[in-house]
Amino acid sequence: MPVANSGAKMTATLITRVLGVSALAATGLMAVLGLVISPPDVVQGEAVRMLYIHVPSIWIAYGGFALTSISSILFLRRSRRRPDQGRHYDRLAGSAAEVGVVFTAITLITGMLWGKVTWGTYWQWDARLTTTVLLFVTYLGYLALRRLPAEPAVRSRRAAVMALISFINVPIVHYSVDWWRTLHQKASLSVGRRPEITGEMYWTLLYSALAVTILATWLIIHRYRVIRLEELRDEEGLEALIASRLNKDFGSH
Amino acid sequence: MSAVVEFEGVVCVAGSFPVLTGLDLRVDRGEILHVQGENGAGKTSLLRACAGLISVSSGKASVLGFDMRVDRKAPRRHIGLLGHENNLYRDLEVSKHVEFRAASVGARASDTAAALEKVRFPQQLWSVPIGSLSAGQRRKVAIASLLVGRPQLWLLDEPHAALDTESRKNLDAILIEASASGATIIFVSHESPVTKEIASRVITMDGGRITEDSGAG
Amino acid sequence: MLAEIFLVARKDLRVERRAKIALGQVAPLALLILMVFAFALDANTSLLERGAGGLYWLAVLYGGTLLIQRSFDVETDDGNMDALRMSAIGMPSLFLGKALALFVQITVLELILGPGILLLYNVGVVDWVLLIAAAIAGTVAFSVCGVLWGAMSAGLRVRATLLPLLLVPVLAPVLLAGSRAFETALGVRAGAGWTWAGLMFVIAAVHTALGLGAFGFLLEEG
Repeated sequence: MPVANSGAKMTATLITRVLGVSALAATGLMAVLGLVISPPDVVQGEAVRMLYIHVPSIWIAYGGFALTSISSILFLRRSRRRPDQGRHYDRLAGSAAEVGVVFTAITLITGMLWGKVTWGTYWQWDARLTTTVLLFVTYLGYLALRRLPAEPAVRSRRAAVMALISFINVPIVHYSVDWWRTLHQKASLSVGRRPEITGEMYWTLLYSALAVTILATWLIIHRYRVIRLEELRDEEGLEALIASRLNKDFGSH
Repeated sequence: MSAVVEFEGVVCVAGSFPVLTGLDLRVDRGEILHVQGENGAGKTSLLRACAGLISVSSGKASVLGFDMRVDRKAPRRHIGLLGHENNLYRDLEVSKHVEFRAASVGARASDTAAALEKVRFPQQLWSVPIGSLSAGQRRKVAIASLLVGRPQLWLLDEPHAALDTESRKNLDAILIEASASGATIIFVSHESPVTKEIASRVITMDGGRITEDSGAG
Repeated sequence: MLAEIFLVARKDLRVERRAKIALGQVAPLALLILMVFAFALDANTSLLERGAGGLYWLAVLYGGTLLIQRSFDVETDDGNMDALRMSAIGMPSLFLGKALALFVQITVLELILGPGILLLYNVGVVDWVLLIAAAIAGTVAFSVCGVLWGAMSAGLRVRATLLPLLLVPVLAPVLLAGSRAFETALGVRAGAGWTWAGLMFVIAAVHTALGLGAFGFLLEEG
């Protein structure tokens, strides 16, 4: 099938290639810093290295879900009267949620491994772990809703509403589970409080956050473009269909 | 005459399929418009576009004076739509159902009896659950549910389906009376011999557009 | 608006009274679930007594999900949703009306499950006021979330599996809070029963506000 705009055929541009190479280099350096250069912890020993992937991942996941919610609000505002408007916000919401789900999974897996080493079990009914699992399942449901065979306008609108409600629900879930039981150590880094980790570990963690952010941005841009291409493919099918229906009419006269 | 429906180059898309492909149509107040065409010609989509249930992706569209590209919900309460389905709650009793439909469009529930009598629905069945009625009787309840709301625009998809000859004639009489009192009627039907008599104008659709119009020129 | 809310609720309850799904099918099924919990826990009375609150809300979750599904199947059947879209009923009224009808139905379900746990699990109530307040708070939260997520999956072919997947994570805090509040009311756990009940009211309020704003988006097509 011919593509109207050949530039749109590809998902890579110069900027994203640079971004991709940066992401690769940054995560490589992150591995070196996290696994070799930073020192083992006094209490936790080598297991502390899990920190550099575990903590930035959940930051990125929350960032991704926040982006999903903001895009969903903008999508609902734009498409309120004209369902064909604001679809770029819908695409952004979908790609950010996908990346968010992947990083939530990374957080869960590293968290469980870390738990095995430090607590002796993979699973603890700890507040943040439980909240994260609920968050993971919620956004899996969101992605399931996005993939359903239904009218695209209906599906996008329902998904946007779900993204909005789910995000508002996150603090409620967190608060109630947190209250239920708390075993987990306090937040590793937070505003207004002295971080419990210092020196090389602190800088390695901050650097890891930067590296993971570059990686996530690169992934979101590519997912966005792939979704755009899928829509383009459908639209070209649409134009061809209108043309063929019109041709059929001319033929019959 | 004032236009009730005014469509210019209207394109509507369902999923990724174009159901209306640049349709032009003007229907004036009091007209009884018969829409015909083969299966898949876009007849049902035309009705749903008039009802504001599907959105117009390009072209100009106004119904009852409301711009459908600005607010397609605005004219809805003045429109009576009867699709392939009857829109009936099968567990409700006949009269309760019609009362609910009346109240839901802001009409008086006390008009229920008159509406059911007008479609000649047998009185001994008024308190029977809709689920136990025959297809023809359900169609009558559906028509009564529209009638009770006194719509300014009637959009009917095969309204005569499942009705016997007597009931068809009665429905035609109801439509003529509504039109005489200022309502506009657009109906889709394959059964032209019965319905040609009441239609003031006939259009034929193909490929999502109008190919013949008895009222043109 | 109040008239519209009652119009919708009355219609839903009249449909239910005719069809008798809640009383005839869902309530017996939920009772059966209380029985099989006892099988699963080997009729260990001390375990059942301690878990009674949680098992009660699990049975409500199960039965409630079926009622939510039913509430929207009635609307998508025979194209009824089209008639609602064409009507003058505002979307916020439709949301509150359906939530009210669901609240009544789930309350009936709970009036059967409540004596069920008292008899089957041999528990006694030490704080009736807390028990009733928690039951009402939980049921309101349940109904409001139910209508919101029922609309989310309404009319989709996969709704039977999609609805529980979307609903359970959202209702998890209600389940948690309801269980803890009931445990306090049933005297098996000393604790902040009232705070948990309050949390459920907050959840109900948040979702009501969300539903009032978002319901229209969920039911529009095309």
